Amino acid sequence: MPQIKTMQQLFKRERRSGDLVFALLFLVFAIFLLANIGNQTQWVKGTKLVSQPSFWPAISLGGMTFFAVLHLLGSVLSPRIFGRLKEIGFWLRSFEYAAWFLAYVWLVPIIGYLLATLLFMPILVFRAGYREKRLLLLSVVIGFAIVVVFKSFLSVKIPGGMIYEYLPDAIRSFMLINF
Amino acid sequence: MDILLQAIDNLLRWDVLVALLIGSIGGVLIGAIPGVGAAVAIAILLPATFSLDPLVGLTLLLGIYGSSMYGGSIPAILINTPGTAVNALTTYDGYPMTQRNEARRALSLAYSASFMGGIFSVICLMLLSPLLALIAPHFGSREIFLAALLGIILVVLAHRGKVFAAGMLVCFGIFLNNIGLEPMRYTKRYTFEQSWLASGIDLIVVILGLFALSQAFLLLVKKDERPEAAMVSGGIFQGLKELWLYKRVATVASSFGVLMGMIPGVGEFTAQFMSYTYAQKTSKTPEKFGNGSPEGLVASEAANNAVPAAAMIPLLALGIPGEALTAMMLSVFYVHNVIPGPQLFQNQMDFVMALYIALLLLNVMVLIFLLFSTNMILKVIRIPTRFLGVVILTLSFVGVYSLRNSMTDCAIAAAFGVFGLILKRLDLPTVPIILGMVLGNIMEVKLRSSMPRVKTPLDFIDRPIAAILFGIILVVIIMHIRSVVKEYRSSH
Repeated sequence: MPQIKTMQQLFKRERRSGDLVFALLFLVFAIFLLANIGNQTQWVKGTKLVSQPSFWPAISLGGMTFFAVLHLLGSVLSPRIFGRLKEIGFWLRSFEYAAWFLAYVWLVPIIGYLLATLLFMPILVFRAGYREKRLLLLSVVIGFAIVVVFKSFLSVKIPGGMIYEYLPDAIRSFMLINF
Repeated sequence: MDILLQAIDNLLRWDVLVALLIGSIGGVLIGAIPGVGAAVAIAILLPATFSLDPLVGLTLLLGIYGSSMYGGSIPAILINTPGTAVNALTTYDGYPMTQRNEARRALSLAYSASFMGGIFSVICLMLLSPLLALIAPHFGSREIFLAALLGIILVVLAHRGKVFAAGMLVCFGIFLNNIGLEPMRYTKRYTFEQSWLASGIDLIVVILGLFALSQAFLLLVKKDERPEAAMVSGGIFQGLKELWLYKRVATVASSFGVLMGMIPGVGEFTAQFMSYTYAQKTSKTPEKFGNGSPEGLVASEAANNAVPAAAMIPLLALGIPGEALTAMMLSVFYVHNVIPGPQLFQNQMDFVMALYIALLLLNVMVLIFLLFSTNMILKVIRIPTRFLGVVILTLSFVGVYSLRNSMTDCAIAAAFGVFGLILKRLDLPTVPIILGMVLGNIMEVKLRSSMPRVKTPLDFIDRPIAAILFGIILVVIIMHIRSVVKEYRSSH
């Protein structure tokens, strides 16, 4: 019993709801990667240890697993804070916005950067719960400004939309260059 | 003198000056908005700067980096919410001053202390340059490997109370750098027969995911907030005079900022903690600290603003970034084929000096801007948080997609965005992942290239600088173990 108490003192730390789930998942992930080191890296004969392709993956995954075990231990031995399921629910809700982001990425090469942005921003602002006309309009203005600054002025590499192909020649080249 | 004139000539170009102006004013505004911060802005702007001239691109990013902390003090003082994470300590004394109707005095002191920290740091950099130019060429592969290893160890140990988490995340960063084709023999590592993994995971994609997308997701999922801050009336020039009363604290805090900034992996938080502790211990009124002490405010702001310029030292002299923002800047150097390290000091000293002068100018520009426009900045603070999330998400697209026009990159960034959100919710650090990726790559390359001249382990440290670095690594580890044991004993 005293040894257990000593260990608890040594590893105790502040933890938040969901910490144990994260610590456990991270450890499983680290062990999975470490278990695959034989399949996923090569051992080259006649090469020094530090020059082996598997040397750094072994170091990093060994370290990941070692620290993940200690982190999990700290999580188990620290006082629990309730609200784990609620917290995981919070994490999962972020997937919706990741999906919105990917939908936007998917749309840009089809309908073009300008149109995709002018649609994406007000729709997402609406989805975020804003109903004021002022904010919806502001989102359109900011969307337009972002496109003009990055595509027209800074010429970042964003391809034109497929629908630009249907535009008259003069307008098409203008749209391809600027929007 | 020739170098200085050449550097000034490099800077006196309209595009460089415009970049400096946009960077410094933009940095203040970005820093003032709680929930954005320099890391998000730099991550988004990074790919856009690749098409610019290296000096223009770096000046823009440096402007944001160096000025965001000025802006971050505004919400910290007025609404008890730090604009950037490093302004957290400012809330301790800044906000109680606002509650005592001394908001104008607090802001004025914060700007003046920040200015002092910024200028002091750049002057130190300029004075240190000849010494750096002398020492830097003595850093061979072994020394750079050991310096990167020291950076890794320090970044882990600097996260007190979260050392295990920082350790596993820094190792995760090193692992991420290992994915794809290995650089010597071109064998595949951890590609799981997936073609999209063969080219590896791009550092910028991870940066954008962990810093920009995660912040956007966090703001969008969290309850909407509309910060309110009352307008500040009257001029705010008095702080420049009042700072003279606290010149000792400001100088010591700035020195801590310079020292801590130079050490990879340490940065603003340690500098602030040390300055604040020093200021409290030597103060005639230590009981006021945490309740609106002007000395506490000066210590915090002078220390954090002295760090950005000092953090450029390991980056420019050795090519080793000390924290996430300089790690991002490293990629701008690489894209333009400007390799930071000893050669840069020998061959392009005018370029280095131009960056220093740019840092000096930006502090002046920011101070002038702040003295006249604090009330305008308050309007920016009031942007609703979810709306801000939408804007960051839209801007993040530019950063990720313009790299390679790859949907896969965007999906990876989104995955890291969710991962970053989880880390932020658990109060775990994201910076070790980025430093693991950058320093892991440096360690792998430098260890390999140093091995042909190393027959026994002792050969590795037979040069003076290598031996000193090895000694520092040992001392750092021993001191950490000692402090843990001491802490454990004192709690029993």
